[in-house]
Amino acid sequence: MKYVDEFRDPDAARALCATMHVEVQPGRSYNFMEFCGGHTHALCRFGLEDLLPDSIRMIHGPGCPVCVLPVGRLDMAIELAVSQPEVILCTYGDLMRVPGTGGQTLRSAKAQGGDVRMVYSTAQAVELAEAHPDRQVVMFAIGFETTTPPTAAAVKAAAAKGLTNFSVFCNHVLTPSAIDAIMTTGTGETGARLDGFVGPGNVSTIIGAEAYQGAVDRWGKPIVISGFEPNDMLQSILQLIRQVNRGEAKVENAFARAVRPGGNMAAQAMCADVFAVRDSFEWRGLGAIPNSALKLSDAYRAYDAEERFAMQYISRPDHKACACAEILRGEKTPRGCKVFALACTPEHPLGSCMVSPEGACAAHYLYGRFRDAAAVPVAAE
Amino acid sequence: MAKSNRLFSKRLDLKRGLVDLNHGAGGKASAQLFEEVFLPAFRNPALEKGDDQARVSGSARMVVATDSHVVSPIFFPGGDIGALSVHGTVNDIAMSGAVPKHLTAGFILEEGLPLADLERVVESMAAAAHEAGVDIVAGDTKVVERGKGDGIFITTTGLGLIPDSVVEPPAADRARPGDKILVSGTLGDHGVTVLAAREALPLTAPIESDTAALHGLVAALLDAVPGVRSLRDPTRGGLATAINELCRSSGTGAVLLEDSIPIDRTVDAACEILGVDPLYLANEGKLIAVVPPDDAEGALAAMQAHPLGQRAAIIGEMIEDPDGFVQMETAFGGRRMVDWLVGDPLPRIC
Repeated sequence: MKYVDEFRDPDAARALCATMHVEVQPGRSYNFMEFCGGHTHALCRFGLEDLLPDSIRMIHGPGCPVCVLPVGRLDMAIELAVSQPEVILCTYGDLMRVPGTGGQTLRSAKAQGGDVRMVYSTAQAVELAEAHPDRQVVMFAIGFETTTPPTAAAVKAAAAKGLTNFSVFCNHVLTPSAIDAIMTTGTGETGARLDGFVGPGNVSTIIGAEAYQGAVDRWGKPIVISGFEPNDMLQSILQLIRQVNRGEAKVENAFARAVRPGGNMAAQAMCADVFAVRDSFEWRGLGAIPNSALKLSDAYRAYDAEERFAMQYISRPDHKACACAEILRGEKTPRGCKVFALACTPEHPLGSCMVSPEGACAAHYLYGRFRDAAAVPVAAE
Repeated sequence: MAKSNRLFSKRLDLKRGLVDLNHGAGGKASAQLFEEVFLPAFRNPALEKGDDQARVSGSARMVVATDSHVVSPIFFPGGDIGALSVHGTVNDIAMSGAVPKHLTAGFILEEGLPLADLERVVESMAAAAHEAGVDIVAGDTKVVERGKGDGIFITTTGLGLIPDSVVEPPAADRARPGDKILVSGTLGDHGVTVLAAREALPLTAPIESDTAALHGLVAALLDAVPGVRSLRDPTRGGLATAINELCRSSGTGAVLLEDSIPIDRTVDAACEILGVDPLYLANEGKLIAVVPPDDAEGALAAMQAHPLGQRAAIIGEMIEDPDGFVQMETAFGGRRMVDWLVGDPLPRIC
């Protein structure tokens, strides 16, 4: 733990914050988006926003895999689990609680008799396929570039073992496309006038720091790649402040202990072999984005669950009271949603942002909602 | 129980709803199952208090508690389901200030369980009972078909007596704003041990379950500080859930100081690797004490003088808050909430 302690040292944190307070320019506001849900979670869990100068506003971004999956794709998985008795649907835990159309979830599908199993890795799904040759094992694969290589590895392992009862329901999405989508959507309640991004940490270990150069060139906003420890984040925010003050827009890597300029080449090569880019993919909140997601490549089509089970995508609307779409675009804050902490809570989420601890609403609910109560004036007796 | 805050956003759907694993996690869903299914059916003043044990009519000094154990795996470093089934109920009794006297045990065994495993579990129970000074005086055994259970489940019920020396027995609803919160030692040891055993996580330093009977520590504490307001053993749902329960029962809020909460370094590291929060992990040999502010130092000294309380610490205080929120001052000087456990990070931990 010594390794982590260094990045959680309160004295170092106080020094970074003191520097920020000196360097922010009076009369200037700094709107930064932390793209990644892991960063949102860290901000809330460590109470970091209390330490930042008032002129810095952190806007929660869409980088939460569970959050950006649209209702229609979830409905496909629920339908598969319920209607195909031979299927064992493998999923990561958070997805179990995300409501689909009519409030159905994978958890309710399981309680109704669908064979839905929570796995911690794609390798477990391959093991299940080996152990149950009479069943069809489907991995419900979601996530950004971080979770894509394990899915590719599972497909390759299944191919090497000659498994014909393993397939992938592929919903992997691409980070740079989402950054473009955020920069092109309109302005909302929060103004969404972004001055820069805290860049993803885990994603960047795979795609590398250079992968953001295009976005920086197109939009003229700085991106500082950050780790997930408190001092990583404070350091990254300080570097963003400095770039804004100097009128610069560069990719900077403040997570150099894990992220290389070109990323993880071996993982990239494996993914390029197993996957191909979809022409278009719908994201919750961001709509259909061209070239923003992956499907199985022609060479591995035999492992595509959508083909094997003739699954059809139908775009379906979010719950009508839910403001996840605006929150994912950075246009609304969780407390700006009229059902937040009332009809929508982590045990009964109406929208995906309330499900995963990386979701903006769940993070605010779990760690920050006492502030909302404090903000309500107490009536004099 | 004080119902100052609206804890559940939606009532249970008793017509079409189904039991899921969250209902057994000891967090918010468990509390809702209790309040909307068991409490309305069984309602009586003892149950309504919401403590983990009850004082029964006939003798206001007699305490009864029951606890079921379904831990997987049944053997783990530092203990097993047998020792756990004794300590779980003994500790529920002890949190009222009572001295546990008798236990009964119900066994649900799965067809095919090796008799050697059963014997090992039973011997462990016997040793734990002997050490705790309780007799196992009655029991029952049922066997279910292979595949209808998971080896062995044990339910124990305990009877205890509150000594005359304890004038005002501790209870969850007695906590008041300004009271100090103490914990008897490091948190998360049991939860991480079981999780690491289940995941076969190779750890460089050994971690063991803290499973232990706490009534000796309770007696020492009450001897030094008769004014202890509340005691709780933070089992499923961990410290976070136990403090939230105390707040809900007493109609107060709480502020914890992150820096002061004792967590073993190896446990902390394992939690980091496993992606779990030690504040939400089960403990089987720790207690939380709420004491009036002037008694805090005396309570701390009494706990630290006992072998099971050497790493005791004052970790925060109860505050006035109609919403019953539990807040934490982080090591960085920021604030965040410590909410109820939602969902189940770790089914079948005890």
